[in-house]
Amino acid sequence: MIKAILIFNNHGKPRLIRFYQYFTEEMQQQIIRETFHLVSKRDDNVCNFLEGGSLIGGSDYKLIYRHYATLYFVFCVDSSESELGSLGLIQVFVETLDKCFENVCELDLIFHMDKVHYILQEVVMGGMVLETNMNEIVAQVEVQNRMEKSEGGLSAAPARAVSAVKNMNLPEIPRNINIGDINIKVPSLSPF
Amino acid sequence: MQGTDCMCLFITFLTGDKALDGYSKKKYICKLLFIFLLGHDIDFGHMEAVNLLSSNKYTEKQIGYLFISVLVNSNSDLIRLINNGIKNDLSSRNPTFMNLALHCIANVGSREMAEAFASEVPRILVAGDTVDSVKQSAALCLLRLNRTSPDLVPMGEWTARVVHLLNDQHLGVVTAATSLITTLALKSPDDFKTSVSLAIARLSRIVTSASIDLQDYTYYFVAAPWLSVKLLRLLQCYPPPEDAALRSRLTECLETILNKAQEPPKSKKVQHSNAKNAVLFEAIALIIHHDSEPTLLVRACNQLGQFLQHRETNLRYLALESMCTLASSEFSHEAVKTHMETVINALKTERDVSVRQRAVDLLYAMCDRSNAKQIVAEMLSYLETADYSIREEIVLKVAILAEKYAVDYTWYVDTILNLIRIAGDYVSEEVWYRVIQIVINRDDVQGYAAKTVFEALQAPACHENLVKVGGYILGEFGNLIAGDSRSSPLVQFNLLHSKFHLCSVPTRALLLSAYIKFINLFPEIKATIQDVLRSDSQLRNADVELQQRAVEYLRLSCIASTDILATVLEEMPPFPERESSILAKLKRKKGRGNLPDIDEARKNVNVNGNGNSEPSDKIEATNKVSSPSFTDLLNLNSTPSAGNTLLVDVFSDNSTFSATEVSEENFARFICKNNGVIYENQLLQIGLKSEYRQNLGRMYVFYGNKTSTQFLNFSTSVTSTDILRTQLNIHAKTVDPVIEGGAQVQQILNIECLSGFTDTPVLNVQFRYGGMMQNISLKLPVMLNKFFQPTEMSSQDFFQRWKQLGAPQQEVQKIFKSKHPMDAEVTKAKIIGFGVALLEGVDPNQENFVGAGVIHTKSIQVGCLLRLEPNVQAQMYRLTLRTSKDSVSQRLCDLLSEQF
Repeated sequence: MIKAILIFNNHGKPRLIRFYQYFTEEMQQQIIRETFHLVSKRDDNVCNFLEGGSLIGGSDYKLIYRHYATLYFVFCVDSSESELGSLGLIQVFVETLDKCFENVCELDLIFHMDKVHYILQEVVMGGMVLETNMNEIVAQVEVQNRMEKSEGGLSAAPARAVSAVKNMNLPEIPRNINIGDINIKVPSLSPF
Repeated sequence: MQGTDCMCLFITFLTGDKALDGYSKKKYICKLLFIFLLGHDIDFGHMEAVNLLSSNKYTEKQIGYLFISVLVNSNSDLIRLINNGIKNDLSSRNPTFMNLALHCIANVGSREMAEAFASEVPRILVAGDTVDSVKQSAALCLLRLNRTSPDLVPMGEWTARVVHLLNDQHLGVVTAATSLITTLALKSPDDFKTSVSLAIARLSRIVTSASIDLQDYTYYFVAAPWLSVKLLRLLQCYPPPEDAALRSRLTECLETILNKAQEPPKSKKVQHSNAKNAVLFEAIALIIHHDSEPTLLVRACNQLGQFLQHRETNLRYLALESMCTLASSEFSHEAVKTHMETVINALKTERDVSVRQRAVDLLYAMCDRSNAKQIVAEMLSYLETADYSIREEIVLKVAILAEKYAVDYTWYVDTILNLIRIAGDYVSEEVWYRVIQIVINRDDVQGYAAKTVFEALQAPACHENLVKVGGYILGEFGNLIAGDSRSSPLVQFNLLHSKFHLCSVPTRALLLSAYIKFINLFPEIKATIQDVLRSDSQLRNADVELQQRAVEYLRLSCIASTDILATVLEEMPPFPERESSILAKLKRKKGRGNLPDIDEARKNVNVNGNGNSEPSDKIEATNKVSSPSFTDLLNLNSTPSAGNTLLVDVFSDNSTFSATEVSEENFARFICKNNGVIYENQLLQIGLKSEYRQNLGRMYVFYGNKTSTQFLNFSTSVTSTDILRTQLNIHAKTVDPVIEGGAQVQQILNIECLSGFTDTPVLNVQFRYGGMMQNISLKLPVMLNKFFQPTEMSSQDFFQRWKQLGAPQQEVQKIFKSKHPMDAEVTKAKIIGFGVALLEGVDPNQENFVGAGVIHTKSIQVGCLLRLEPNVQAQMYRLTLRTSKDSVSQRLCDLLSEQF
């Protein structure tokens, strides 16, 4: 079972957290910090698995993670999940994000947090793998998009979303971003 | 930081701004989610989310659900409000809405939700008209509910239909269903046996398909990798199929998967190799689990050997991990050993600490008598540079291996002293206690140990742990080396005392004891030692313990005659042989790791195999079997007595007979016997006679009137708790309402066991005697073990079955002090009385008792194996039970352990 899915950037700022087992809010933040601490000090070409931190269950749990450009994607799984399988699942998730957002980057995760959650929900449900077929996931997301459109009044939505974001007063994030740098490089999607 | 924004939102929500349209609500909820993400508490907005969730608009509903499943914890009051919305959506027949609702149930997974939807979800899952995506969600939703509240999700007619989802057209549905079945099969393997053949058929279709057949589920040229992994996991819940055709089909599948690993890759992408190898590793795990096909095992081992040198770090890591389990199989243990050099090399050159740690684990697992010296040496040398995080574990492993495979105990002493020298800070108390125990128990090594510690103590700076070991050993055996002038008594004493002032209080206390031992061993230096004890720094030490020791030792040395001194300060008697406490510590550290299993498996191999087990293994086996360790006692918290608390709860809830106390004083006596007097007071005697066959039983209850006057209005009833009523049927024939003085009447109870149970039925007796109503309640001795049928089996069968029941939840173990004198004949009688067959000559240790039986209930039969290991010295027993159902193991263990 997947116990938690964490996405944070190179500075340890959480970008998406999803726990499938109950932890208090405070604990969730501690786990994020601990995980970041464990993962961020590792070189890029070492293996993608390590034993979980003490907060999330110690050696019975494994952290399976992948580092894309500015973001770490971490799955905390128990021994009933295949390590390479989970690694592949991260890839599926990221590729799906890339399809849905066209060149996904860290900003997309901030500004479309709800969307990212919805996409994740199509892949993992209650800690178990729900769907691994990318086309199916994208199709589900498109159904959702269509329903959203059909509910109308949304022609102005994108503009309103942008203004909403500007009003959010987020510290530093929108200002010092170099867009070229934070594109998630999904290792070549071409050979399909 | 978001202060102003938060306030803004808060005020907007508080004022309940009617003008707030759906879009704005959505926007605010989204902002709240973001604020939550950054680690701020969100304690408002919940109601708005609930409102959105009940909206008719899809987008509003969606964000409402999202907020709830991210933020609401499982015991929130809000759940009740949400449940209504979920109920509407589940019955909406709109697949998207149903999916949202199912997602929410699965993500929150609270008990209340389980109560509300446990019957609805299975219905959706197996309904014919449910669309695929909903089926997928329903399967996983059910899985989640089963995990959080298994008691609320009853098995039913849907179980058979769930198994058939393995044949579904849609691979997504099959994947979800496989996850569900795997979890359920772990709990009740018998109900899902049919899934094995379906899973094999499905797997074989996937494995042999051309990559284009499965279209969308082909991931980088690998056909349905996730589904294959799940199917292979499911098969790991069961032993190899008995049906020959099925078995050969599975073997074929596994061979094909192994063959594919040798083919040139269809793509250079890492995703391709990851997916392919995920399946391969799972196949290898299944091969190891079955542990029955030598050719497959050896092929698996060779494949892993290739991976050990692969350039992908991930593969090296996984190969080391899999090999650890492979090393415990008798067929492949030798094959694994051939890779030792590579593993040692990995330990030295690998850049990644996770991989190095796996290498240490593997070295530990592959270690046996033939390579122990080399492996221990390599581990010791690695220890000098090892990461701090794993040093303690390595120290424990070295200590265990050194002890287990020591043929020559001088080597053992050297190794441990080296261990203290290299990593003294990480040597825990257990390790140095153990070395002392062993030295004291073995005469042949004492002189060498004394000499070695004496030499080691010569070093200008030595670790405090070394001083402890040195102090203890010289205090006991310093006389063995005193003949040499270089280690004369005075030299020894001065050497020890030179370290005294650098040590902590506990070590100083130990040294003081060593000094008084010296007084006994070497009367010639008595004066010197007395001077030391007499000094102000000892006699007036600020530490109470040190001061007390100094005063008492000094007085003892002055007053006592040599004879008394010699008696008081005699050499320590040998320690009772017991399981190494280090091993217990390592187990604790590792949780339920694979270490003890390795021992277990190998021991079984020795028992099963051709019988020429190595002498050192024999020692180890008897050590392990014959004596419960005291450290294990501390681990007892792993066996909670769920049964007892249940009973208590039941009684406190039930007011109908709480007025009279329920008598259970004789209850325990009836666990191992069927007939006798269960209750007696001045008026009434109640006797029982009972007989059981399969899942049926009949009990004759005799009520004897001990007085000379009539009992009037005599009536009896048997009450059961609600749970028990579904598990056990008791039908009582009526009795005559009058019992004459001095007479006895008989009542017949017919009993039928429907399924495993823990509660106890209660017999209530009421009658009027001399104008007073008398109430008596007593626990009827109907327990699960009454439905045992004994099973005779050979030693080989026993150990094979024992191994098959190896899942952690299937085993329950208890260590307890004996309450009665330990008599083997009485124990035998009790075990037979318990209902199992007593198997003679199965256990390699004659002292131990081994039994087997099958519990018959109407719904299932539960096989049960038990082993009781007495330790006469410690007056303790260790009882281990393995059955296919965890609740049964626990109950039986609780019942039987009361008997000794």
